[in-house]
Amino acid sequence: MSWIENRFEPGLIVTSLDWAINWGRQSSVWPMTFGLACCAIEMMATGASRFDIDRFGAGAFRGSPRQSDLMIVAGTVTYKMAERVRRLYNQMPEPKYVMAMGACTIGGGPYFKHGYHVVKGVDLVVPVDIYVPGCPPRPESLLEGLIRLQDKIRNDTIGKDSLTRAKKALAV
Amino acid sequence: MNRVLESVPDVNFDIRRDDFGDLQTEEMLVNMGPQHPATHGVLRVVLRTDGEMVMEAVPYIGYLHRCAEKIGENLQPYQWIPKTDRMDYIAAMNNNHTFSLAIEQLCGIDVPERGKYIRIIAAELNRLASHLVSFGTYGLDMGAFTPFLHAFRERERILDLLEAMCGARLTYSYIYPGGPQWDLPDGFVQTCGEFLDYFEPKIDEYNELLSYNHIFVRRTANVGVVSPELALAYGLSGPVLRGSGVRWDLRRVRPYDIYERFEFDVPIGVDGGSDGVPDEVVVGDCWNRYFVRMLEMKQSVRILRQALAQMPTDGDFKAKVPKNVKLPKSSIYFEGENPRGQLGFYVEGDGSPIPYRIKARGPSFCNLSVLHELCHEVLLADVPAIIGSIDIVMGEVDR
Repeated sequence: MSWIENRFEPGLIVTSLDWAINWGRQSSVWPMTFGLACCAIEMMATGASRFDIDRFGAGAFRGSPRQSDLMIVAGTVTYKMAERVRRLYNQMPEPKYVMAMGACTIGGGPYFKHGYHVVKGVDLVVPVDIYVPGCPPRPESLLEGLIRLQDKIRNDTIGKDSLTRAKKALAV
Repeated sequence: MNRVLESVPDVNFDIRRDDFGDLQTEEMLVNMGPQHPATHGVLRVVLRTDGEMVMEAVPYIGYLHRCAEKIGENLQPYQWIPKTDRMDYIAAMNNNHTFSLAIEQLCGIDVPERGKYIRIIAAELNRLASHLVSFGTYGLDMGAFTPFLHAFRERERILDLLEAMCGARLTYSYIYPGGPQWDLPDGFVQTCGEFLDYFEPKIDEYNELLSYNHIFVRRTANVGVVSPELALAYGLSGPVLRGSGVRWDLRRVRPYDIYERFEFDVPIGVDGGSDGVPDEVVVGDCWNRYFVRMLEMKQSVRILRQALAQMPTDGDFKAKVPKNVKLPKSSIYFEGENPRGQLGFYVEGDGSPIPYRIKARGPSFCNLSVLHELCHEVLLADVPAIIGSIDIVMGEVDR
């Protein structure tokens, strides 16, 4: 028996649709297995025993972009790979989020100066929601980035926004 | 359990092309990667398949080319150390170590005794961590998730030790020409000893968990066989070469640094039937390449124990090397034994502090070259087994 049983009267919860849907979305962010370089090893460590990203509902790493919600760009993006990153992003279903993990994806990192072959930031290729700094970021940083992403998802509006509704009401 | 297995007739899924008879099939090109869970990074393999059989596999590389060698021609050697971290990022200490040895030989720098031992301890701990990643992800490739969690549980403890040494978890930049950057923290020898006592029985646990697992053996035994001649012809090295039965380990045949002071064996691949090795296994197959790594972990533990016991307790750990050390007008090629094979650095100096040319010989790159030889008339499901057993790191293949 878990801690929550036998604690409440049987009843009904009234909440907003936004809250309910966002709660579902934030608690099951499925990332894509998209390891590019060194950061991928830290991403694996985050998914493994000690750090256990499953605690935040983001442990179901999917091999296909069509099944995933979150693209963690973990590692250096080269010009040759940038095209593929864009294509994978386009293959993901909405709603989709992108996390730039590590210095290379934020702005070229250690390859900024002499790296003739490195994209100076993955935000030139796909829209980025969360930046996680570090070279590579520690698993704690990645988890922090995930929690920040959940904050962002929680603030989304799904229903028609109130302004549009007011305008419609006036028009009638 | 055994009784259930015995009651099932032993069906050998040994499919040959002739078995299809006059069945018409069509050849198809399948693109695998660069985003694929079983290609260990951004390797792209184009497979020419005929039904379930793979006729040809052509690897395409360059998706992680980070121009490390070109950067090396713009920076001083000590500035390039962090770039060696990011080449073979699973075994960064070994890369630091080999490059530092190359520069030390070029410039004639002598390292104090304690520093030499600290470097060996760091490199061997990292070799354990690297083989653990290899073991865990190979299990993942074969459809087993539990070994991955077990491997990372122990790897985190190794990373704790390495973090205590240098403050980083993955890219260390710890070993520089002239010795390690910092001395060992207090109580390191005892903590490391305790870890080794904890870790050594775990290797047998891994073997019970995965190595002798019936499903795992059937997936990997007698798959992707590399004959010793083929291995030598392609210049393979490391566990891939030793899995083919060639006893070649640079730490033993051409001892560098202080490796001649330690007692250890060089494990090689064996045929099945003896010493608990499953019957299906032959020399040079995926199982042997995998199992050599498991045996090497035991040898690394042996080396670590000896190094911890022999290390001088005090004294200098780092030679005084000026930051602006001028490289002489000569060149050097130095090879060391990395977890993946022989890592070589060619450095040419022209009298200035910045090298004229740096060239790295990545073991993963050379090992990958044998892939098209192995992926010929094999089942599609064997391709991840073969790629995983070669254990490539794309950061080192593309550099």
